[in-house]
Amino acid sequence: MSEKKRKKIKEEQFPQDPSRRSFLNKLWIGLGILALFEFALLVMAYLRPSKTGVKSGDSETIIEAGPVAKFHLDSVTAFIRGKFYLCRLEDGGFLAVSRKCTHLGCTVPWLDKEKRFACPCHASAFDIKGEVINPPAPRPLDLYRLFIENNMVKVDTGKRIKRSEFRAEQVVYAKKVQT
Amino acid sequence: MGKSRNGIDHQIGFIQSLFHSIFPGILRGVKDQERYRRYLNTFILHFRPRNVPSRTLRFTLTWGLGGMAVVLILMLFGTGVLLKFAYHPFPDKAYESILHLQHDIQFGQLIRNIHHWSANILLVVVFLHFLRVFFTGAFHPPRQFNWIIGLSFFLTVLLSNFTGYLLPWDQLSFWAITICTGMFDYIPGAGLWLQKMIRGGAEVGPSTLTNFYAIHTVILPAVIILFMPFHFWRVRKAGGLVIPRTPEEDNETRGEMVPSIPNLIVREIALALILIAFILVISVFFNAPLESKANPGLSPNPTKAPWYFLGFQEILLHFSPLIALFFIPVLMIIALVSIPYMHYPSNTAGVWFASSKGRRMAIGATAAALIATPIGILLDEYVVDFAVWIPGLSPVISQGLIPLGIVLVGFYGFYLLLKPRYHANKNETVQVVFCFFLTAFIILTITGIWFRGSGMRLSWP
Repeated sequence: MSEKKRKKIKEEQFPQDPSRRSFLNKLWIGLGILALFEFALLVMAYLRPSKTGVKSGDSETIIEAGPVAKFHLDSVTAFIRGKFYLCRLEDGGFLAVSRKCTHLGCTVPWLDKEKRFACPCHASAFDIKGEVINPPAPRPLDLYRLFIENNMVKVDTGKRIKRSEFRAEQVVYAKKVQT
Repeated sequence: MGKSRNGIDHQIGFIQSLFHSIFPGILRGVKDQERYRRYLNTFILHFRPRNVPSRTLRFTLTWGLGGMAVVLILMLFGTGVLLKFAYHPFPDKAYESILHLQHDIQFGQLIRNIHHWSANILLVVVFLHFLRVFFTGAFHPPRQFNWIIGLSFFLTVLLSNFTGYLLPWDQLSFWAITICTGMFDYIPGAGLWLQKMIRGGAEVGPSTLTNFYAIHTVILPAVIILFMPFHFWRVRKAGGLVIPRTPEEDNETRGEMVPSIPNLIVREIALALILIAFILVISVFFNAPLESKANPGLSPNPTKAPWYFLGFQEILLHFSPLIALFFIPVLMIIALVSIPYMHYPSNTAGVWFASSKGRRMAIGATAAALIATPIGILLDEYVVDFAVWIPGLSPVISQGLIPLGIVLVGFYGFYLLLKPRYHANKNETVQVVFCFFLTAFIILTITGIWFRGSGMRLSWP
């Protein structure tokens, strides 16, 4: 069969305009890709970690740590349920410090004799304010929002607050008037 | 005693005729037995080639590594299915179910040991297979894309090991997964999002276990089942294995062809049996590790990643996280993927180490890395501290760019020293770079496994 003849037969079989044909083909491919994309989005939405329904500020996330007077100056108290340490600085200020090392997420114990948090994983160390004494930790320990109502120390564990450095305004003081 | 047309005796009993229907030809003449044997052979030939070049049968070409990987994967599937019957993927039950498996279920400990050792040995075997393919130049056209498939396979095996690591839910697994997923913190952009997706929440917990269980027992096995035939099919399409040859020989000559049955099949079966026996012996004498139940409030000291990621954890001790966990892995992947797609002056498929010069250079690079890496680790541990020497620099520069620069400059100096001596072509140069960084990475991994003690300080094992 010659090339011409073959071409003629092809034209008889597919009489449509070739540009329309290729357009429709591309349309199908485009729609297919779109469907795949939608499917991928669907799967992602399904797999995304669902919100537990507990939000920061809800009463469930707020832990009542205890009365101000219970915590000695320059001391650290662990709260296992809330996964934080309540630190009382020498000047009487409070900080709620996360127990997660900012390097890779190990749990840091408080060494009372050495007065520091020491991470067992990669030897990062933090002082009572959560500031880095020893790298590789890149930033101070995270904080939780802490507030004092009627002389009771309360900590909102709903949201961990990242910070790049220690600043004086992070420390919460009990109102002097009441004491 | 009449015989029917097809030769079956009507007088034989029910059991016998049933037996004959299952194994036709077994009690018949030699001619029929021969015919049925041929059926079996043609069945085997659906998987294996009819004839293979006799030179590719040489053990020192492949070291049987591909075949070993297949055997290990089959053993992992078998023991994995058995473990699935005993395991509960919930944080408050997982550890207890492993204890129950080990103490109360017949052969439970053995099955777990076989799964554990097969998985770890598979990783080593796949890695050696990757080295074999590289050093015999089996990535040149037409095998370029099969190199990529192989790399993906390697990644899949790594992920399988990693996801399986969490399932016992003991201290070892919980903290290894915590710090490994913690590394995503440092990946710019999508890092935190990815971390949350993988963990199924902000921290390692019940959702993480569910995720890992689904990925480990369904998704990755499915990927492996898809990848394996694809990988083998590309080997067949490339005309089989590379033909081992000396640098002078032409790579077109295939040499004498021999039938696969029995030449190839017998070798494969023998290797499989030896490997299975080896795994069984190890599994009888060495138990898979199991520490106390995971306790999110207490990090053990030291906390280490699974051994195959300790190279990265070691790099992390020397470089700032962004460099160690993002730039170096990305560079590694780009380098590995581009290996088959560089323009090489010669196709060295089948020649070990590309040429005899290539062999000498590879040994030189390996030796250089063997000496330089431990010195580098010791110097960085005890002497060098740019953060103190030049205060005020950001850690990305003092712990990241400066050490990385020193490593690269050092390597480039070594390269300049080597180049005029050898007049190397690109094949040999790429191989030198590969050898150097590969050896360095292996030494870093070894340091991480055996020479890091309490607080991740250097110590004797």
